[in-house]
Amino acid sequence: MPKLTIDGREIEVEAGTTVLQAAEQLGIEIPRFCYHERLAIAGNCRMCLVEIEKMPKPVASCAMPVGEGMVVHTNNANVRKARQGVMEFLLINHPLDCPICDQGGECDLQDQAMAYGRDHSRYDEEKRAVAEKNFGPLIKTFMTRCIQCTRCIRFITEIAGTPVLGAVSRGEHMEVTTYLDSGIASELSGNLIDLCPVGALTNGPASYTYRSWELKKTESVDVMDALGSAIRVDARGNEVVRVLPRVNDDINEEWLGDRSRFACDGLKRQRLDRCYVRKDGKLAPASWGEALAAVAAKVKGTAGSKIAAIAGDQADCESMVALKDLMASLGSPHLDCRQDGAGLDASARASYLFNSTVAGIEDCDALLIVGSNPRKEAPVLNARIRKRWLKGGFKVARIGHKGDLTFKYEHLGDGASVLAEVASGKHPFFEVLKSAQRPALILGQGALVGADGPAVLALARKLADAAGMVKDGWNGFNVLHTAAARVGGLDLGFVPQAGGRDVAGILDGAAKGEIEVVVLLGADEIDMKGLGGAFVVYIGSHGDAGAHRADVVLPGSAYTEKSATYVNTEGRVQRTRLAVFAPGEAKEDWKILRALSDAVGKPLAYDTPKQLRDRLVQANPVFATPDTLQPAAWGAAFGGEGPVSDKALATTIDNYYMTDPISRASKVMAECTAAFGGGCGCNHKKTGTHG
Amino acid sequence: MTEQPTSFAFSPENLEKAKKVIAKYPAGRQQSAVMPLLDIAQRQDGWVSVAAMEEIARMLDMAPIRVQEVATFYTMYNLKPVGTFHVQVCTNICCLLRGSDDVAAAAKQALGVEWGQTTGDGLFTLSEVECLGACTNAPMMQINDDYYEDLSAESTQAILEALKRGETPKPGPQNGRQFSAPEGGPTTLKELAFQTEKG
Repeated sequence: MPKLTIDGREIEVEAGTTVLQAAEQLGIEIPRFCYHERLAIAGNCRMCLVEIEKMPKPVASCAMPVGEGMVVHTNNANVRKARQGVMEFLLINHPLDCPICDQGGECDLQDQAMAYGRDHSRYDEEKRAVAEKNFGPLIKTFMTRCIQCTRCIRFITEIAGTPVLGAVSRGEHMEVTTYLDSGIASELSGNLIDLCPVGALTNGPASYTYRSWELKKTESVDVMDALGSAIRVDARGNEVVRVLPRVNDDINEEWLGDRSRFACDGLKRQRLDRCYVRKDGKLAPASWGEALAAVAAKVKGTAGSKIAAIAGDQADCESMVALKDLMASLGSPHLDCRQDGAGLDASARASYLFNSTVAGIEDCDALLIVGSNPRKEAPVLNARIRKRWLKGGFKVARIGHKGDLTFKYEHLGDGASVLAEVASGKHPFFEVLKSAQRPALILGQGALVGADGPAVLALARKLADAAGMVKDGWNGFNVLHTAAARVGGLDLGFVPQAGGRDVAGILDGAAKGEIEVVVLLGADEIDMKGLGGAFVVYIGSHGDAGAHRADVVLPGSAYTEKSATYVNTEGRVQRTRLAVFAPGEAKEDWKILRALSDAVGKPLAYDTPKQLRDRLVQANPVFATPDTLQPAAWGAAFGGEGPVSDKALATTIDNYYMTDPISRASKVMAECTAAFGGGCGCNHKKTGTHG
Repeated sequence: MTEQPTSFAFSPENLEKAKKVIAKYPAGRQQSAVMPLLDIAQRQDGWVSVAAMEEIARMLDMAPIRVQEVATFYTMYNLKPVGTFHVQVCTNICCLLRGSDDVAAAAKQALGVEWGQTTGDGLFTLSEVECLGACTNAPMMQINDDYYEDLSAESTQAILEALKRGETPKPGPQNGRQFSAPEGGPTTLKELAFQTEKG
């Protein structure tokens, strides 16, 4: 371990550390543009120059490995002068249009120019101008502002795995562009905006609508997919302007998928801001009192066994537990949180969790993906798998659709019969899994939907046991969910109680008249026609399929408008925070259910969020420890018996950009669908490196 | 934007050549062959089209943008079609001091085109280029693979007229000088005899 001295302070660091990283360990900040800790080192901006004794000239510290006995100066007169020179060159072709630039206030170049810039320019010649490039509908470009740090090129090549960006021409004429100016077909493209240290790549949909210092920042959790990525919701007044990722190395590192980032304009559109009651076949505006009375009138005259409830994909745990308690007090066993009918087993926690954890994928050395397209279902997870793949010594195979996942994998087949073959040990890939130190499988919802779902789950369990995926300190059995509410719902047992019906059963019952009242808690993805003549109560935030079918609409809150609990696909309990208030008369969902319970004369036993959270813990102890992971016991067998069909195990997501009421209401997501055909690039023309 | 052909394929001989080049590099490092392959493609068509870049990207298992980066970095790859004779006149400092302005003017006059243009008959494309590394024989121009050096307005014109007639003028210095030996014969080491042709 080399020892070196930085600014008079000694430090011992691991060999291979760069001078910049060593300085960072000492808390010494070195300015930089091109260096980013999660990207390959480029060393082209020269802003991080430092002086190292016995070296003839200043050295780029980001690309300089430490050496024994180095004496580094990061802030003496020479260094400052060198950096001032670099800054002057960087600013030569930079337009200095900070007052009209969206990056203003959060711009690395602006900040560092405060420290190293001159008060005037000595450059009298003409500046170069660069034509705007097509980076797709999400990113607005101002390429004249580009300082050619190449962070965007490195991100899209290394992390996203869709190498469509490059720097063409050279010297004065060098320009960063997309291949043939054809846009970026990547589901992670929004991260380029965060990475760009200047205002060359800015948030397209939100451009010119905010100044960064006007925004109120609220740390929250994403619910657009089941990963529960850490986000920051930036709002101005009562309007969400943008959503940014926060650093959370356990889940999303510092990346965020495009749907999670850009669907926020859907929070302002198609909103339910007041109650509606269906009169003469038409939904008419109503007061809360009228709406609750209408529900109570219907429910009071209906037997509990004729009432059912379905929880949607973005329902929070508080409202699910409240709805479950309400249904219990009404005497109804018919509830389900699995809109897609996935054959998940709520009784064994390990059977529906992503047990290896997202970060654990980096320790895995053989992976089988079954019935899932992680690129569409959880793009940030896909980037993690790719990161592992790039390290080498990692074998990946896939059962299900063949398509580009940004890393190479072996395609074993389409149907569950191939999984059966692997599980029985007859398939050559079984040996790969068995001989691996830490083998894992990812089971997508595509494999679990359908009548044979439980049987596929049992097969996966069989494979996990046979291939040694579960051992001390490692559980490679992973279920990848697509809905943020799913694990929470299963943790709370929001599934058919004794003698109860599942989603298919409820729909069947409603069509036959055996179910008369259906409560939809933000459930929009079921077949509304199947509800037949049932009286439908819709609690939710958006005027989507559910609200259109409903007889009574009770306006709820979206995830940015409540402090609510979600459990991600790993089983991590996390809380969103209220960033803005729900529009109009809309209320938090659990409060609606609490009021409804009063109206039907079966009041729930909690009046405050604290009491409700206590009830959550009582329902399942995992809720007592937010943000920490509790490993789930592997336990006895789970899943079900039965033959498996031979249909292709395709992902349940057709269009990455539109999966839920918020993204379906989003204009930006509609533009993306038009531009990329919903495929986030997965269906796009293949480039040379695609496997 | 130049009109791009929709497809590109190496001719059988060129494909052989390309495969030989690729075989020079270890497995997994075949991307190193991108420059020679671009050159082979350019020799086949006279220029490198987008279709050619994509074909090369496919052959070398790399992203097309990476090939495009290389092809646009080096000015010697022609990204637009050029005439049968690509006349590249150096106007960098050594050539400039030795009269490249006259050479350029003579070439423009002889061909009737400006920089970057191709003659109507498709025979000549005239380009202004940076240093080609023949400074000792400045001023100079490159026509396809041949260097014509120690030019004057007259010799430039003569070369281009000869090419128009279908002749192949002799490459190298046009003022009777041998390679880059001192102009006008040896000035130092006077006793050293050049061209000691015996018999």
